Amino acid sequence: MTSSQSSTLLSLDRVSLSFKGVKAVSNISFAVARGEICALIGPNGAGKSSLLNVINGVYRAQEGSVSFDGEIRRHMRPQHAAERGIARTFQNIALFKGMTVLDNVLTGRNLKRRSTWIEQALRIGRANHEDDVQRERAEKVIEFLRIQPWRDTLVGKLPYGLQKRVELARALAAEPKLLLLDEPMAGMNASEKTEMSGFIVDINREYGTTVVLIEHDIGVVMGLSDHVVVLDYGRKIADGAPEEVRRNPEVIAAYLGTRH
Amino acid sequence: MFYTEAGQFSTRYAADRRVFRLRQDRFALALLLVFAAGVVPLIGNDYWFNAILIPFLVLSLAGLGLNLLTGYAGQLSLGSAAFMAAGAFAAYNFQLRIEGLPLLISFGLGGLVAALLSVVFGLPSLRIKGFYLIVSTLAAQFLIPWVLVKYGWFSNHNASGVISAPPLQVIGADLSTPVGRYLLTLGVVVALTWLAKNIVRSELGRNWMAVRDMDTAAAVIGISLPKAKLLAFALSGFYLGIAGSLWAFAYLGTVEPHGFDLSRSFQVLFIIIIGGLGSLLGNFLGAAFIVLFPLFLSNLVGLLPPGLIDAGQLENVQKMIFGALIIAFLIREPEGLARIWQKFRARARRWPLRY
Repeated sequence: MTSSQSSTLLSLDRVSLSFKGVKAVSNISFAVARGEICALIGPNGAGKSSLLNVINGVYRAQEGSVSFDGEIRRHMRPQHAAERGIARTFQNIALFKGMTVLDNVLTGRNLKRRSTWIEQALRIGRANHEDDVQRERAEKVIEFLRIQPWRDTLVGKLPYGLQKRVELARALAAEPKLLLLDEPMAGMNASEKTEMSGFIVDINREYGTTVVLIEHDIGVVMGLSDHVVVLDYGRKIADGAPEEVRRNPEVIAAYLGTRH
Repeated sequence: MFYTEAGQFSTRYAADRRVFRLRQDRFALALLLVFAAGVVPLIGNDYWFNAILIPFLVLSLAGLGLNLLTGYAGQLSLGSAAFMAAGAFAAYNFQLRIEGLPLLISFGLGGLVAALLSVVFGLPSLRIKGFYLIVSTLAAQFLIPWVLVKYGWFSNHNASGVISAPPLQVIGADLSTPVGRYLLTLGVVVALTWLAKNIVRSELGRNWMAVRDMDTAAAVIGISLPKAKLLAFALSGFYLGIAGSLWAFAYLGTVEPHGFDLSRSFQVLFIIIIGGLGSLLGNFLGAAFIVLFPLFLSNLVGLLPPGLIDAGQLENVQKMIFGALIIAFLIREPEGLARIWQKFRARARRWPLRY
């Protein structure tokens, strides 16, 4: 392996983020290896979502830096993060509700197009061939996540669990190197959780996509991830393999509370 | 029964991508176009062309222009009439100052000038959203007509700021008769509608809807928000500019900047709200409603016994009925006439079965 192909895909170095003086994240460093599933856990308000927002440029960290795929930077716009290969889903589903499932998935592939809008509007040049290729790729993702029956349904009309899956499909359609999943299983029942975990593991194995996810269900997290990072009050309190983390007294204290 | 998709399979993505996937739809559209271009010119009279068909088509095009911006890209605007004025006056000046410039080219150039202005007034959309954005486009609505009145150069120093239509000639054919002006308008509107349909179904159209529905998510998947928004303003301005040229030259013949005032902008906005935001067909349905309904009402009032309503109040009564109907209608079907048509089609597909 060359140095740019090192085993670390993403690393955060002493990242701090505050909102008008309120520290959301303070001095956090951790690294995510290529091809692993890394879980970010912690009580509500621990700074997990904020950290994801820093990674893909929605928020700007006041201190520290983020290094992704060999490129170190302090600030990044979301669009640049997408171009570099970071895709994500949101805690509160952020689908395009007025569009069909297929259109939502195709939107995820917007960076994969080369033809200009004029070519597409006049249907000349590369547009037609490219439409076929994009559709084929989108259909692969739709098939992978088994949402074919709803291909032409407006996503606003789908039930919650399916919307979560469509959002995952849209992120996956971008063929990302890093997939950030913000509570992909929130609000699901046990069988839906099992199904969604299955999809995440399949994505990780078949496409080799590195996954960073936020999840509250400890059982799911322990079964799914190779690596767990625990946050509490914006600080990192543990980082390691699931088994190690589970035995960490600080983690137990954060989750179950301690006698004071 | 007759409107069924049974047996019509799309075996290639290209076939699935067609604008009208069903054979019946394609047939109906072809029939409509042949009727509009071939039969209507033979059977229509001057009143129909001048008072109904031409304004209906031009207003549909204007609605389409605004719908690209508001219905698809989600950016509110109250400056439609200003960009229509810009297009009309620019086309007039291109015709006036460039010897032998073909009519359609000057329409196109007028559209480009309107597009440019629209982009300039759309720049605040990069920072502000929703109702606040209306203020920027409202500025265009007041500024552009004012500039056109203030500086005589734009109307070739006409004392009252009025511009008159250049000779309407396309490739040697004289189109200044009512039929000719109807065909000119029809041709331009059909071509631009086809282009708009392609755009809203392309990547750009999807990007616009993504920005409209959830702009943060759109940015996160790599859509450039400034590019999507400004292209929406540009294309909307282009369509409105050409609609303005048609309004001035094919419909009215002479026009002054005050013909493109705020009430015209509201009229275009009503067209897309009544017709349906984010629908191309909706523009035509909305424009038909706006053009035909007042005529229908005045004919209806004519049937009432004379003396029941004072003649001076007649117009006000009409406006009140019209306004009340719009409100009642929007409560019943907030998604507009296009939605009603969609429901009807869905039902026609199953007819005579209920499910």
